[in-house]
Formats: sequence, C-alpha cells, structure tokens
Amino acid sequence: MAAPLGSGARAQETGQEKQDMQEKEPITPERAEEVKLKAKYPSLGQKPGGSDFLMKRLQKGQKYFDSGDYNMAKAKMKNKQLPSAGPDKNLVTGDHIPTPQDLPQRKSSLVTSKLAG
Amino acid sequence: SLAGLGNFVQDVLWCFSQVKGTIDIGVAEADIISTVEFNHTGELLATGDKGGRVVIFQREQESKNQPHRRGEYNVYSTFQSHEPEFDYLKSLEIEEKINKIRWLPQQNAAYFLLSTNDKTVKLWKVSERDKRPEGYNLKDEDGRLRDPSMITMLRVPVLRPMDLMVEATPRRVFANAHTYHINSISVNSDYETYMSADDLRINLWNFEITNQSFNIVDIKPANMEELTEVITAAEFHPHHCNTFVYSSSKGTIRLCDMRTSALCDRHAKFFEEPEDPSNRSFFSEIISSISDVKFSHSGRYIMTRDYLTVKVWDLNMENRPIETYQVHDYLRSKLCSLYENDCIFDKFECVWNGSDSVIMTGSYNNFFRMFDRNTKRDVTLEASRENSKPRAILKPRKVCVGGKRRKDEISVDSLDFSKKILHTAWHPAENIIAVAATNNLYIFQDKVN
Repeated sequence: MAAPLGSGARAQETGQEKQDMQEKEPITPERAEEVKLKAKYPSLGQKPGGSDFLMKRLQKGQKYFDSGDYNMAKAKMKNKQLPSAGPDKNLVTGDHIPTPQDLPQRKSSLVTSKLAG
Repeated sequence: SLAGLGNFVQDVLWCFSQVKGTIDIGVAEADIISTVEFNHTGELLATGDKGGRVVIFQREQESKNQPHRRGEYNVYSTFQSHEPEFDYLKSLEIEEKINKIRWLPQQNAAYFLLSTNDKTVKLWKVSERDKRPEGYNLKDEDGRLRDPSMITMLRVPVLRPMDLMVEATPRRVFANAHTYHINSISVNSDYETYMSADDLRINLWNFEITNQSFNIVDIKPANMEELTEVITAAEFHPHHCNTFVYSSSKGTIRLCDMRTSALCDRHAKFFEEPEDPSNRSFFSEIISSISDVKFSHSGRYIMTRDYLTVKVWDLNMENRPIETYQVHDYLRSKLCSLYENDCIFDKFECVWNGSDSVIMTGSYNNFFRMFDRNTKRDVTLEASRENSKPRAILKPRKVCVGGKRRKDEISVDSLDFSKKILHTAWHPAENIIAVAATNNLYIFQDKVN
C-alpha cells in the first residue's frame, strides 16, 4: 500500500504501485517531481526544503582552516628542508605548508569590463 | 494567458537597439552582469558585475538629423567598485560581486550612486571635468616646481577647456554593519537616509555618517536552530519616508512603519497568500521564496517575484495578491532536475514600467516576459545575438509544453538553463529596456513610427 506523499514516509515505488496511486488520486506535477527526487536521494531530509538551504545560504563564503592538517604537515616537514616560496609561489603541494601568503589570491579584476570596450 | 494565440497584435513592438559585451565561448565569471539600473531620468544606465566593476552608460542627445534613431547609450564611466576580501577573523571569503546599484536623485552637476557587495555599501560620486587651470605661478605645465628666483612676473591662472574626463570617486564607505549577506539597498524618499538589508537584519543609514547605522529589523532567532525564514529583499516606499517593505524566503511580505517604534520587528501589515494544503510538496517553500519585491511608482502596489510567478499586491489587501502571472509554469514538472542543478534557487528580479501598466521579468533560455496589467496580454521575447540587427523587431517566442511542436516553438527540454535573465531594467519614462544576459547587456526600444 503506497503511503501518502509528503507525510515523511517513503514509498517503495514500483511501476505498478505508482500507477495505482495515479488512479486513486491525481498527483500534481510538483508531487510527481517530489517522488522522483526522493527516489534518487532517499536520505533527503524529511522536513520540507527550507531550513537546510537557509543555513547553507547563511554560511556562503565560509572557508575553514584546519589546524590539525596544518600541524600534521608541519611535523612532517620538521626533518626536511622547507622549500622557499620562490617562483612556484602559487603551487601548493602536499609537503609544503600553506600559509595565507602562499595561497593563490583571488585578484580583483584589474581588467576593464568588456561592456566598456 | 493569450500567449497561445498565434499572431496577436501587440500594442508595442519591441526592437533591438544595442548590445554591449563580447561574444565569448567561455564566459569569464567576472564578466557576469549582476545588477542593472537606470537613474531617475533614464539618462544614465549602470551595470555591476561579478568582478566588482561598475559600468555607466549615458544616453546620447537625440539628433535632429536622425529622428529615427532614439538616443543610444554609450560608455560614460567605468570603475572598480569593490574588491575581493578575506575576513580572517571569521574565515570568510567576501566576494567582490556587485549585488545592487541604486541611484540617488540628481541634486547638482554630479551623479551619485550606491553600490554594494555582500558586506560593504559604497557611495560613489561621478562627475565631469572639462576645464583645467593653466598658468600656475609656482609650477610649470608639467607640474614641476619652478625655481622661485626665476619668477619675475605674477600671472593669474586661467581655466582652459580640456577633453571631457569623467571621474568616479568613492565618497563614503559604509562597512562593518552586516554579519550576513546584503541582498538589498534602497534610497529613502527623504534623500537623507537609505537602508541595507541582509538575510536577517535591516539597517538604516544617514548618507553623511559611516560609522553608525540604526538597526530597524532583526529577525535573528535567539537559537539559530529555530531559524525558519530569512529576509530576501527590501525597499522603501517611493513617497512615504517612514514606510518600507521586506520579503521573506517563505513567500510573505511585511510592511513596516518606522514611526511606530525604533525596531520594526512588528509589522504594520503582513501580506501572505493562503496556501492550498493539498498542493504542498517538498518544493513548496523553495519555490514560494520571494526573490524580489518592488513598489509601483504610484506607491499603491507592490510586486513580488517567486520562482514560477510574479504577483501584484494592493497595499490595502493583505490576504492575497490582486494579480498573479505565470512566468514559466511548465517548469513545475521539471522541479526535480531544477533542484539537482540548483536552478531552483535562481533569484529573478522584476520591474515596473514607468506608468505601472506593464511588468517584466526574466526566465531561462535568455527569454524574458512582459505582462500588460490592463489588457492581460503577455509576451515572451528573447535576448539573442541572432536578433541583433539594428531596429529589428523582436518576434514573440513560445515554449511548447507538450503535444505537437510547431516550427518556431521550442520544447521545454531544449531550453538552455544556463542562459538566465535575472536582471532587467525599464527606463522611468520611455519604452526602453535593458536586459542582462549573462555577460551581455541588451537594450531594446519600442518601434518608432
């Protein structure tokens, strides 16, 4: 027996069951799309799309520095010679400890907009 | 809608006028236009892009020799408004993308505009210089200091004409007032104050004061786990300096009156359309989120844009909109894939024409839609290089939703969702529109007879 959509219970959709449901109650296009989505991503939150996106929206731009990674790399480097930040300044390898100065800087557009060309 | 009829006669025929920008195979992210705005007379048209740059176009004077050519828009000034930043304290990358530009009404020879990224609002002054002083006593024409002992005569410097130079200077920087991302700025009708709105708060500024702002709305819950909605857009009433509206991610609009209290957390009016519970789905809240809110020029109505519709509300009626227009209802059966490719979160803007009789908003495939509120007719047009012969009349476009596709129709599955028209602008008095199509700016005008 198919469970009503949107109630949070997942329906194991077989072709036959889906057809039965369509005969019993007309599915709006939105609900049909919801069924498709939940079939693809069964672990999708039971609460309606909302809060997760809000939190994601609020956290836009967040970049995290992991002190654990930093210290592990530092420990590994202890016995090796630290490569100098030479011409390959922007190249960050696994053995080189990235510092804020070494990370590729997002440069502002010093090029004039093409709209003004 | 009557859009299904083949060749209905429109009152207005839209023609291609100009296109700015280049034809690039791969569009650089920085070149993507993020905001478009005419000034109050329509003489100037400003664009902002993801690279933090502002380009201002000025309409050329109409020439009596060529009455058929309405004034074209040419580059007037361009400058770098914002630069990328990194907030080390919060580990936050701050984009230089210009979210909004708003013009101040002109009060002297100079032009002023506000431009904002996610965190900082700036007041820019754009002014012309067409004369320069010549004949200084203490320095020569190259600026080098003259030997005082060699000066035997005193002369009076004179102003001589020079090639027109347009300078943009940042006059005020309004920083450090927003924890969250700024989505809107709005100049007040008192011309002394303006507001900036982020996801959870709205601040009121005085143009002269940059180190203080008043917080007028704060919807941040004490416990962030209880967060259920965010502010998506905000705007001041065009005439009443005490009134403003803000929209939410839940599809509601609140009108606030600053005379009632310093902190306008309690709304004076609350606009919400009742939802049909049988229509509820996982997508309901996402597609009801309002991406733009605009007062009509008259101040009597507000228009809101959510993912699939544009709605007009009468300020005197809170319980439902007076008009609802379907922008691209055929997307309702594509919500699953639109969710997967994130298009369902696209934030479309909407605009009124000068007389509030027609409203316009963008869609996908570089289509944009206009709705005539009086005749109830609507039209779909396309911003494309293929229709870019001077004064070429734009042909109405049609999306085929099922069944047999006619020759000039396009099927829903063939729509290009990477070509989105999020930002458009309408000249305040004339039928001239600016449409931002990714990295190109199209200008269309109505046909001159």
